Amino acid sequence: MLSRVADSLYWMSRYLERAENTARQLDVTMSLMLDTAGASAESRWKRLVAALGDPQGLDWNGDLDAMAYTLVFDSLHPASVTFAVNAARENARQVREEISTEQWQRLNRLYHHMHSQLALSQSRSSMADVLAGVVDGIHLFKGVTDTTMIHGQGWHFIRLGRYLERAYATATLLEVFQPELFQTPERDDSGYQYLEQVGLLRCCTAFEAYCQVYTADLTRDRILEFLLLNRDFPHAIRYSVDGIRQAVTAIQRTGARRPPDELTAGIGRLHAMLDYTSIGEILAGDTARFLHTIREQCLRIHELIYSYYIHYSIQSALAV
Amino acid sequence: MSPGHPVEVDKLFGDYPLDHAFDEMREADGTLRQHYRALAETLARLPQEELQRRKQSAELSFLTQGITFTVYGREEGTERIFPYDLLPRLITAQEWNRIERGLTQRITALNLFLRDVYSEGKILNDRVVPRELVHSCKHFRRQMRGLQVPRNVYIAVVGSDLLRMDNGEFVVLEDNLRVPSGVSYMLANRRVMKRTFPQLFQSYGVRPIEHYPQLLLATLRSLAPEGRPEPNIVLLTPGVFNSAYYEHTYLARQMGIDLVEGRDLVTHDNIVYMRTTDGLKRVDVIYRRVDDDFSDPLVFRADSALGCAGLFNAYRAGNVTVTNAFGTGLADDKALYAYVPRIIRYYLDEDAILPNVETYLLTEEQERRHVLANLEKLVVKAVGESGGYGMLIGPHSTARQREEFARQIEANPRNYIAQPTLDFSRAPCLVGDRLEPRHVDLRPYILFGDKVNIVPGGLTRVALEKGSLVVNSSQGGGSKDTWVLESQ
Repeated sequence: MLSRVADSLYWMSRYLERAENTARQLDVTMSLMLDTAGASAESRWKRLVAALGDPQGLDWNGDLDAMAYTLVFDSLHPASVTFAVNAARENARQVREEISTEQWQRLNRLYHHMHSQLALSQSRSSMADVLAGVVDGIHLFKGVTDTTMIHGQGWHFIRLGRYLERAYATATLLEVFQPELFQTPERDDSGYQYLEQVGLLRCCTAFEAYCQVYTADLTRDRILEFLLLNRDFPHAIRYSVDGIRQAVTAIQRTGARRPPDELTAGIGRLHAMLDYTSIGEILAGDTARFLHTIREQCLRIHELIYSYYIHYSIQSALAV
Repeated sequence: MSPGHPVEVDKLFGDYPLDHAFDEMREADGTLRQHYRALAETLARLPQEELQRRKQSAELSFLTQGITFTVYGREEGTERIFPYDLLPRLITAQEWNRIERGLTQRITALNLFLRDVYSEGKILNDRVVPRELVHSCKHFRRQMRGLQVPRNVYIAVVGSDLLRMDNGEFVVLEDNLRVPSGVSYMLANRRVMKRTFPQLFQSYGVRPIEHYPQLLLATLRSLAPEGRPEPNIVLLTPGVFNSAYYEHTYLARQMGIDLVEGRDLVTHDNIVYMRTTDGLKRVDVIYRRVDDDFSDPLVFRADSALGCAGLFNAYRAGNVTVTNAFGTGLADDKALYAYVPRIIRYYLDEDAILPNVETYLLTEEQERRHVLANLEKLVVKAVGESGGYGMLIGPHSTARQREEFARQIEANPRNYIAQPTLDFSRAPCLVGDRLEPRHVDLRPYILFGDKVNIVPGGLTRVALEKGSLVVNSSQGGGSKDTWVLESQ
């Protein structure tokens, strides 16, 4: 597969994952803001912005509707949902021949919807509906991707992009939420803490899954364990890293070259770290540091993939 | 109105005007042409709402499929759907037969001409075509002199523009021998049409065109360099900002070949490679949708980043086939066009089956004087341009535009030709809830590998604006599906 094509598929997938993540987090945050006693709207907004990786130009100005509008519709703002959808479509357009017609039509529909009068007027009555529409559209795209695209290298690059973006975003989210989670007392009967904890889980569509594993008895240790270390839940970091590893292994298997040890080792190290560390050990140590390491390792894996599959030097390729 | 129509048909036509121009659907006296009868009756039977519903669903289908083109020179809204008219244009088996023979003859002769001009130059020595005219052509590429082209095929993919004149005969307006586009619209129109009017389509017995990508692939494969039995074939696109990008992706997907950009290619030791996730992979055949000028900065325009440095040398060495060959624009130069009937006679010893449009060469003193005196009746075209750019349409021009062109013609007569304003045929289009006549042309697509192959039909382009003669998509044109009927 052409390196440029792999690059575009990878970023198409990352941008869609990003759009979905942003949409869901904004939705959760706006719904939490309805309960004003727990925390101020400003602090919640700041937490949201931090969890999105601290993009510029989203400082709290008191007008939630306008800010939410920016975060969803401002196609010039790099953190906005529309920006991510546009970028995903632009990437898809550049590899139009590699993806299936169904995928393209699905993505195109989402793109046109984001730019339609319908979405704008919907946002005035209910931003939650708009965000649900975005998440739906992306879910449909993923379903169509899995059922209509050949599961070759391109598909694995899509999976790679999805899981790398997800692992990174979830680690950022946990890093931002984690101090708050541990500053407040463990038991709080007012119900506000419960709302916050459910909010965190919902940011990762994890609430129902959590309940299936641990019942609705929410504790911060379990929440952290679930989102970090669960091996069966698709939004957990451990699951995502496993997804990264599977995608890279599959890409290697379909290719003829042996990948650099550094890449295999980098992914193996992150995978092992999550496999062989218990939640007790993480909590006993520096949790923030642990989460930060995950992000750093994700970035490193991204760089290695780039220098090996996408931007390799001609001279080294000719030498083979 | 004429007798014999159901009353609904008359209603549909309203005050549909007929004049001396050939109408595709109706005889001069207003009766329906035989082969259009079933279409007109089907339309007349459909309730107006149903017709509009089908029109909308067809348009929506173009939008969600992303069948769009890019218009240059506009900041916003540059991506547009290609306007589409719901009614098919019908061509009888007999008419098609003549077109097919005519085009085969023409393309064969033009290919021989290119080969001759870039090797011995017999036709120039025999003074059938002036040497000066060939060498002054903007698209003449001296780098091609003496270069052996695989199977002697210079023009593997051609789209020629035909018009139908008032006597019902088809004539050739121009040949597109560089990178003709539009074939994806032909295929998309057919797909949408089959969905919009399934029963009508079935009842008509229309010859299929859907196998075009397969034919194209076979053509490209037949041109692979010697000793490459499993050639790696790619389509080279200028990239996503090109107006025909949709078509490039479409064809690549339909053929199952890689769509590459210049930046995906590297050359080493006169071999072209593409960068893949698996390292470098050798490229054998390039279906080139990038103009000559932008293909190789070492040989052509040095400031272009769209092509691949070293491509031409690899081509010259015979390690890669690039098609169409470089320098083929020579033979679709609008001044050389006037010589095509003579070229056909010279190489094939036959008369041209499809006539040319009368063309004035402005390098000829007498013809130039005639043209300058009659600018308001004529169409003036720059010889090296395409897509409807650089044109003066006399009857629709202002005195100022005519002065401007007169000055340019005097300054550089070689750069222009003039033709009479053509009253070419019109076909009915659905405008609002009525049928109205609009000017149409026809661009069949010709493939030339082992042999000449033309899928029956092509793209019928429509000048959607009332009275307009310009059918180019970049200038507000649209298109129709073209049905070539099986012989009865």
